[in-house]
This record gives sequence, structure tokens and C-alpha cells, in this order.
Amino acid sequence: MNEPIRRRPARPVTVDPVTTPRSTSILGTRVSRIEDPRLVTGASVFTADLADRRLAGAAHAVFVRTPMAHATFTTIDTSVAAASPGVLAVLTAPDLGLPPAKPHFGAAMVEPYLAEGVVRYVGQAVAVVLAETEAQAVDAAELVTVDYRPLPAVVDVSEALQGKALLFPDVGTNIASAQDTAADPAFFDGCEVVVTQQIVNNRVAPAPLEGRAAAAVWLPRNSGYDGEDAAVRTPPSRSENPFGAGGSGPHAAIDDDLRLTLWLPNQGAQTVKKDVVDAFGIDADRVHVITPDVGGAFGAKFGAEPDHIVIAAAARVLGRPVRWSETRSENLAVMPHGRAQYQTVTIGGMRDGRMIAYRLDVTQDAGAYPRLALETPHGTALMAPGVYAFDRCEVSTRCVLTTTTPVGAFRGAGRPEATAALERAVDLFAAEIGRDQAAVRRRNLLPRFTSPFTSLTGAVYDSGDYPEALDRVLAAADYPALRAEQASRRRRREDVQLGIGLSTYVEITGGGKENATVQVHSDGSATVFTGVSPHGQGHATAFAMIVADRLGIPVQKINLVWGDTDLVPRGGGTGGSRSLQLGGAAADGAALAVAELAKRRAGELWEVDPADLVIDNERAGVSVAGIPDRFVTFAELAAEEELSAQHLFAADGATFPFGAHVAVVDVDIATGKVRLVRLVSIDDAGTVINPMLAEGQRHGGLAQGVAQALYEEATFDEDGNPLTATFADYGIPTAADLPTFELLDMETPTPYNVLGAKGIGEAATIGSTPAVQNAVIDAVSYLGVRHIDMPLTPQRVWRAIRETE
Amino acid sequence: MIPAPFDYVRATSVAHALDVLGEHGDHAKLLAGGQSLLPMMKLRLATPEILVDIGDLGELRFVRRDGETVVIGGGARYADLVASDVIRQSVPLIARAARRVGDAQIRYRGTVGGALAHADPAGDLPAAILAMDGTIVISGPRGIRTVAAADFFVDYYTTALACDEILTEIRVPATGAEKCWYERFSERSAGWPLVAVAVAGTRIALAGMGPTPLRATAAEDVLAAGGDFAGAAELAAAGTTPVSDHRADADYRRHLARVLTHRALQRAHSR
Ligand SMILES: Cc1cc2nc3c(=O)[nH]c(=O)nc-3n(C[C@H](O)[C@H](O)[C@H](O)COP(=O)(O)OP(=O)(O)OC[C@H]3O[C@@H](n4cnc5c(N)ncnc54)[C@H](O)[C@@H]3O)c2cc1C
Repeated sequence: MNEPIRRRPARPVTVDPVTTPRSTSILGTRVSRIEDPRLVTGASVFTADLADRRLAGAAHAVFVRTPMAHATFTTIDTSVAAASPGVLAVLTAPDLGLPPAKPHFGAAMVEPYLAEGVVRYVGQAVAVVLAETEAQAVDAAELVTVDYRPLPAVVDVSEALQGKALLFPDVGTNIASAQDTAADPAFFDGCEVVVTQQIVNNRVAPAPLEGRAAAAVWLPRNSGYDGEDAAVRTPPSRSENPFGAGGSGPHAAIDDDLRLTLWLPNQGAQTVKKDVVDAFGIDADRVHVITPDVGGAFGAKFGAEPDHIVIAAAARVLGRPVRWSETRSENLAVMPHGRAQYQTVTIGGMRDGRMIAYRLDVTQDAGAYPRLALETPHGTALMAPGVYAFDRCEVSTRCVLTTTTPVGAFRGAGRPEATAALERAVDLFAAEIGRDQAAVRRRNLLPRFTSPFTSLTGAVYDSGDYPEALDRVLAAADYPALRAEQASRRRRREDVQLGIGLSTYVEITGGGKENATVQVHSDGSATVFTGVSPHGQGHATAFAMIVADRLGIPVQKINLVWGDTDLVPRGGGTGGSRSLQLGGAAADGAALAVAELAKRRAGELWEVDPADLVIDNERAGVSVAGIPDRFVTFAELAAEEELSAQHLFAADGATFPFGAHVAVVDVDIATGKVRLVRLVSIDDAGTVINPMLAEGQRHGGLAQGVAQALYEEATFDEDGNPLTATFADYGIPTAADLPTFELLDMETPTPYNVLGAKGIGEAATIGSTPAVQNAVIDAVSYLGVRHIDMPLTPQRVWRAIRETE
Repeated sequence: MIPAPFDYVRATSVAHALDVLGEHGDHAKLLAGGQSLLPMMKLRLATPEILVDIGDLGELRFVRRDGETVVIGGGARYADLVASDVIRQSVPLIARAARRVGDAQIRYRGTVGGALAHADPAGDLPAAILAMDGTIVISGPRGIRTVAAADFFVDYYTTALACDEILTEIRVPATGAEKCWYERFSERSAGWPLVAVAVAGTRIALAGMGPTPLRATAAEDVLAAGGDFAGAAELAAAGTTPVSDHRADADYRRHLARVLTHRALQRAHSR
């Protein structure tokens, strides 16, 4: 077996030959997370915890959410609620004072901020109650009555496609977008075997630890604490706060000079700002968005949702700060769900194991309104042929609205669905021709490539070695021994059968641009301003390591600033596993620019050509090459004049992490219950900056991938009522349900950034789901089972077994 | 997740609690560990006007052996049962069941009295107490009365308790030497059982198979007539009326009852 590829791109750092050369870089080492002391001692500040003076006297918002999946209404009676104790206002759509909502993602169906005459999923907000306390708001919200006239619920996607009941009768269809390819009648010509299967990629709830929340206040511009210096200036105490407790009362005239500050947990403050500016139709400089600490997001906290806009509008209407934080049940019923694809795979090939043609048809359940689910099928389509050398690949996709929770992005957003479909197809093909799943994969994998490879769907894969990844996980799992064990259990008709599942995958991350600014301070510390947006991953540590590596400033003295549109006006946020490869590369570029600037300044100081100067990483400063005594620290230079530089990094292309997983399961044949016994994975995301952080992303990714395969599904009854709106009903696994993961390292750098890094945030989720699903089906395949949809609950597995009897 | 407004009284004794209950009738609710009541209040499925907190009453929190009977205070925590030598030695089935409830936090807060009074048909303790032929001791305005476990559970979340009564004790025969096993099935490690089977000697009780915990009488009859475990297990679901819901349908629950009964009998008697 080959050694893992561990190659770091050559770096242009100059090392002073006279002082002791640095033998090692901090990059690639297990630096402990510098953000953790705050996070684990409760010193973190989440939106619901904010004690900001600007929020003094805030009203508490509680949404009135419809219990109907689909209904029209003419009257919302808010009178009793409005008169109940502590209530300041009850707002419905016309009260918000917002311009009409705009279409998104090119769909003709428009989502209102609060329902206007019709509700389209259980949980949609029809009104918002604003009260002195949260409890008063909750009490009053129960008193709002709406004269609903029920319409048929549309839960089933095939019914939605038929369009007998329309969510938007004016539009004339439930299909929000489609990319249908005319099926080529000769597509499978020449194939000896063609297998087809319908597959449900189950709908899941992102379920971050922290739900959605927001706090909003409109303050006069130049009031002293809304501007760039907001973070440093201390506003007056509550009693003298002219914008706090008293306010200007409900329905105060909207002052053009007011500026919004909106706090919310999110993956990208700058994207939220754009959404808010669009919604209100005001100048961009009138909106300031801050994301405090964020307790998980998984793709579901990107951009402003209608609820966030309503909170901002309510603060303006009320003339008073407003805060809101949702309950767990609201979170499970209203935060956009993920996945929810209905797929048909058809795969053709030869009896000798060669796969030739692959057709994928996807109907995306988008839920009630066009959200990010309108984008995810594009990712599915792009990644459809995955790691295999097909001759032909054909994909059709469409997004259809149903009267259910809107569907958005969730960890992988489109790519896991592609891999899940394909890896099932490969196993179905292998089963049909009676060949081993590993052998069929090995035979069809694209060979190792070092210069970009263009796939059948036009994706340009940057670098990859898929056979190596598969060979290594098979060896680590001892695949032949597992197959022998399986054979022996089958022979002995044991109660608990063994299943072995494989997946090999490639996915797409990053691409595009990101900016960073590095500023060194006169006390020797540094601040990195980034346009990406951590919410658990460990950016503060990784970015500090990158800057420390360039400048020699200790990691502990490097502070990361993100998620404040006044401090970081531009940025793409964190999503699609883009942070390190784009934001990290930008930070690296900014650190290098600071080094260059420092050399220029030192050159001016000493009247030396900057080309004769070198960066001294040991002492965090600049010296003259060969004359280590001629030295000035960055801190000293910063004391003279601001020492800061910005860098905009634009990647040459997206990167394509890949990997291979082996899952081993026990299946109790009598009950259908699955126990995951082993999960062996390679998730190659290029050069690893901090193995501990990368492993953290892989652990979480594996767990969520397993969860989709075995446990989680957000479901609705036929009337559209959510059945999984508490954690008692929505079954997330705990550590006790998961084995110790067996992680193998493999690093194939990308040529597209100086770090060599691809994205690791979603990779393990993408690989693990199909490996586990395939393992369970493999365990019972000897009984004639070919496919079981996820989640592979005991009842489903048992039923599949029973149907073969 | 904010409950509707309510008043709160911390009871200083069982007698005090009974007084307050007597005064407020069905507007009052006892609060013990809060592990069932508080979630229901937060979802506003329960809206009591006054809570009478008996969670701290030492007089309800005990486990003792009284001759051939084990007496468990209504305020004993699951964790108390798991840690109790008396329970482990004299009624090991109850220790086995208590150990499997929820997670550690639930076991440190939740009480035996609360579990029985709440009477979730899929609860762990109710089935175990039923298999042990336990007796429930109830204090009320008219004094103390006892109800056999078989008569205590009336319907979904409904028991023989009146709204002005307190479950003070559970009495179970000390049958330490008797073969027993608690076979519990849930999809994940933390989670309510879908179905569970408690076996003590030839008595078999089922959780999750109908509106109350149930005795698998048809299966017990097979054993009494000298039938084998497989034959008994075949009839374990006879006469049961499990629900169909998003976790599983009735068919699967019946199947589980048969499989788990067979396993519980085998495990109990192979030890
Ligand atoms: C996350 C979670 C997981 C759980 N998992 C399981 C599980 O796996 N298996 C299981 O069996 N249970 C489970 N439970 C429920 C748990 O067992 C509860 O603690 C128990 O059902 C109620 O006990 P309590 O003391 O908390 O009662 P409380 O919640 O305080 O009260 C419950 C009801 O009983 C009444 N009551 C309480 N004490 C008395 C008394 N002495 N006399 C008369 N009435 C009384 C109350 O008025 C109330 O109506 C779980 C609970 C949670 C929150």
C-alpha cells in the first residue's frame, strides 16, 4: 500500500539563514481550539443571551403560527390578544409596512413575510405578538383567532406534480422550477444489464442546538452607537437611553434617518444584510447585521428568513427594540428541512462489471415556498456521475411545492443526494450481475488524475485518487475477513447477520472569492477580519494558525473578527465547506501582504531595499538578511503607523473532496434492528491545517450521515400535520448509538489555493449515509432484498425481510 | 416553551399536600420529578392552575424491606432503585427496568410515583410493577386504600387515582430468587420503548401494547399448562390493541411482542 500523500505546496516564506531556521510549521499540527474556553465556560454570547444596551427595554416577539397545512382566511382577530396584559401590539401582514415580497430563485411563487389570505404549511406565521415579556406574548398568541377555510393538503410529491390541488392557483402549477432533459431512447443501447429503482432521499431536520432567533433595533444614524465604532463605544445606561424602554410608540412615523441593527445566528451576516436591504428597499448603509456566537447551523441558517424580516419590521413599527427566539417545536416545524428528494436511478452495463450509462431523475420536494431547495438539485445533477467512468450520464430534475415545511440547504445540500442515489445504483447493478460491490466499484473508478478532469456533467474535478481511497479503506476494514465472517453467519443462519456497505464519493466545495484583513497591533497581537462565519467549526484556531505561520505572532494573540457588517462589509459566509479554502487562503494572502508592508516600512526606516529584508518568524518582525541584529518587530512598526492589509482571494475553481467509506452493521433478523458496528472512512479534503479540527468535522459529519441513514426523518400525516415536532418524536442519535469512528488520513492537495485545502465540512456526511444504507441492505441481501428506503428503521428492515418470505 | 400561568405550593408533608389538593380539586396537580408533567405544561397540553410540589418530601422517598414485601416510596427516584441493594436482591426485575429508563438526568429526577401516576402505556416501571403483581398504596381525604397493579391502570394516562389522592407506596413481593428479565426494544439507545416485556417467573407483562401495561395472559396460560417458551411467545400479542403511529404500526408491535417475549423467557430462565 502506498504512503498517504502528504505534500505541502512550496511556500514563499523567507527564512533567515543566520538565525536558527524554522524546522517545522505550525500548519498540520493539533493546536487546541482557542475558542473553546469561552464556549465551554458559558462566556459565549448567543442571540438570546445578548445583554447589549441597545436592546434595553426590548419587546418580546412570539409568532402566531397556523395549525393548518393549507387554508384560506379573511380575518385575523387580534383584538383579544391586543388587549391582554403586557401586549404592545399584534401585527399582521399589512401592519409591517414592508414593500411587497419579491420572488426568489426565479420561481413564480412568492413567499410573504406573514401569511396574506392563505397559509401553506403548518407553522407558517400569520401574526406576531409583541409584549413586555415573553410569557405575556406566548399567552396572548393563543388568543389570536383566524377564520380558516381548509383547502386540500398536498403532502405527496406525485400528487403535487399532478397539480390537482395548487398552492398558487395563479401560477397554474406546483412545479417551481425544472431542468428536464429529453430522455435519449438509445441511452442504454449496448448494455447487457439495465437496473432501475425508485429511491426516497428522506427529509431531515437540521436541528442545530441553537434554534433561530433575532434581535432588532432602529436607531438614529450618528446617534453614537450604531456606526462603525458601535462595538467600542459604551452607550448610555438604560435610564438615559432615548431609544430604549420608552420608544416612540407603535406606528410611529418611519424616520428616514433610522438605521437597523439586527442580530441573529447565521452563517453569513453579509448575505443577511443584502436580504434585509432588498426586503425593506432602503439604502445599504442603513442596515447593520451582527451574528453573535452561533450554536450550529448545518446549512439552515443562511440568509434572512421571513421571520427575521418580520422581527426587523416589528422593531420599526413599534419604535422599540424587539427580540425573539424560537422554541424547539417551532424549530423542528419551521426551520427549513433538508434532502427530501424522490429519485429514480437507472444504470446500465455489462455482465463483466463495466458500468456504461447512468440516468438520474430527481423530484425535489421544496416544501411550501421556494427556498434553497430550488438550488440543491443543481448540485445533485452536477455530481450525478460521481467517481465513475461512465460513457453516458443523463439527469432530469424538478422542484415541486407541497404544503409542508419549506426545504432548504442541509449539510451537503444536493451532493449527498447525488452520492446516495449513485452508490445505491452501483450496489443494485452489482447485485444484478452477481458481483462483489468492491470489485464493481474498483473496476469503474476514474483513475488517479493530477490535472483537472472534466466530468460528463461538466464538473471540473481538481485533483483526486479514488482507487487509492477505496483500496485503503478496504484494507483497513479487512474486507476479505468481513466477507468471510458474513458468509459464516449466513451459513449458520445466525439471528444477527453482518452487513458490509461501501461508498466512494466525490463532492464539490468552495469556488468563488473571499476577503480577509490582517491588522497587527502595537501590543504584538493581531486581528483577522474575515468574511466567513464560524458556527462551531474552529475557524478562530485555523485562521490564527495560518497567520501565525506567516508572521510568527503566537496563535493565542490572534483574534478573529467575523459576522459584523460594519466591521467586515463583504463576505460570503460559511457554507459549502468554503471557509478554509477561500477565507483561510485570503487570510494567508492578507498576512503575506502585511509582511510585505512591514518590509516596506522597515526599508524606509533603515533606508534599505525591502528586497534585502526578511521576515523573522521566531521574533515576529523584520530583519535585514544576514544581519539579525538589524531587527524591528511588527508591533513596533504598528506603533508607528497602522499595520494592516486586506486580501481578496479568488479561487481558480471549485475543489472536489473525495473519499471512501466502509460501514459494518449487525442486523437482528427477527426484529430488523440495525446496530452500526464499524465505520471506516477516508475523507480527503486536501492539505489538512489542523488534524484535530478536520477530525471534528468528520466526526460530526459521519454522525449526521449515519443519522439520516438509520434514524432521522421529518414526517407529516396526510393532512400535512408535522409528526416530528419534538425531540421525543424526531429521533436524533446520541454517542451511545455510534461506534468509535475509524478515520484514515489521506491528503491530495488542490492546486487552486496556496494552502492546498479543500472543504471538509460536508464530506463525511456525504460518504457515510450510503455506506450505512448499503451495509444494511447487504446484510439482508441473501434473503433477496435489493433495496430499502431510509431511514432504515427496524420496522422497515423487518418488513423488507418479511416481504421476501 | 413557556407554560400557562400557574400557582405553586411546596408541600411540607403528605398531609399538607392532601389539604391543598382537597382545596383545589382538579385545578391542582402534584409535581414530583417533573419529567412528564413539565414537558406537557411547556407544550400547554397540561394547564394546571396550581402545582403542589411533593418532589422534596423525605417521607415519600425510601425503599425498604418489610418481611416478604419490598416497599417503595412514591417519591423514590429511578436512580434510588438502581442503587438500592434491597431492590437488586429482592426484586431484581425492577432494578433492570429502572436502569433502562430515559437517561441519567431523567433517572435522577423521575419518581416511581410519577411514573405510575402518569401511566404512559409504554412506561418501563408500570410494566415491571404489573409483572411483579405489585400493590399500589394511595392516601386521600378518606384515608389510605390499596389497589392491585392490575386494577390501577385504567386507560391511556388514566389510573385509579382520584385528583385529590397521592400515591404514597408501591408494595411488591420480595421474590429475589425468582427468574426474571426485562427485554426492552427501542430504535435508539435513548428513547421510550416501542415495546417491552417484563418476565418474572411465569408472569409476563407488556409495555406499549395497548392503552395500559398488559399481562400477556394467553402466553402465561400456555406456560401454566406446561407449554414451551416458543408456544407461549406465539400468543404474547393475543388480545392486545397496540397503536399504529409514525414510529411503528400495530402489526410490527405485535410481532415485537412475540419476539421479545420469547427472548425474555429464554434469558430469564437461562440464568
Ligand atoms: C427525555 C425523557 C425521556 C424519558 N424516557 C423514558 C423512558 O425511556 N421510559 C419511561 O418509562 N419513562 C421515560 N420518561 C418519563 C419519566 O419516566 C417520568 O419521569 C415519569 O414518567 C414521571 O415521573 P415524575 O416524577 O417526573 O413525575 P411528574 O412529571 O412530576 O408527574 C407526572 C404525573 O404524575 C402525577 N404524580 C406525580 N407524583 C405523584 C404521586 N406521588 N401521586 C399521585 N400523582 C403523582 C403528577 O401530578 C403528574 O400528573 C422520560 C421522560 C423524559 C423527559
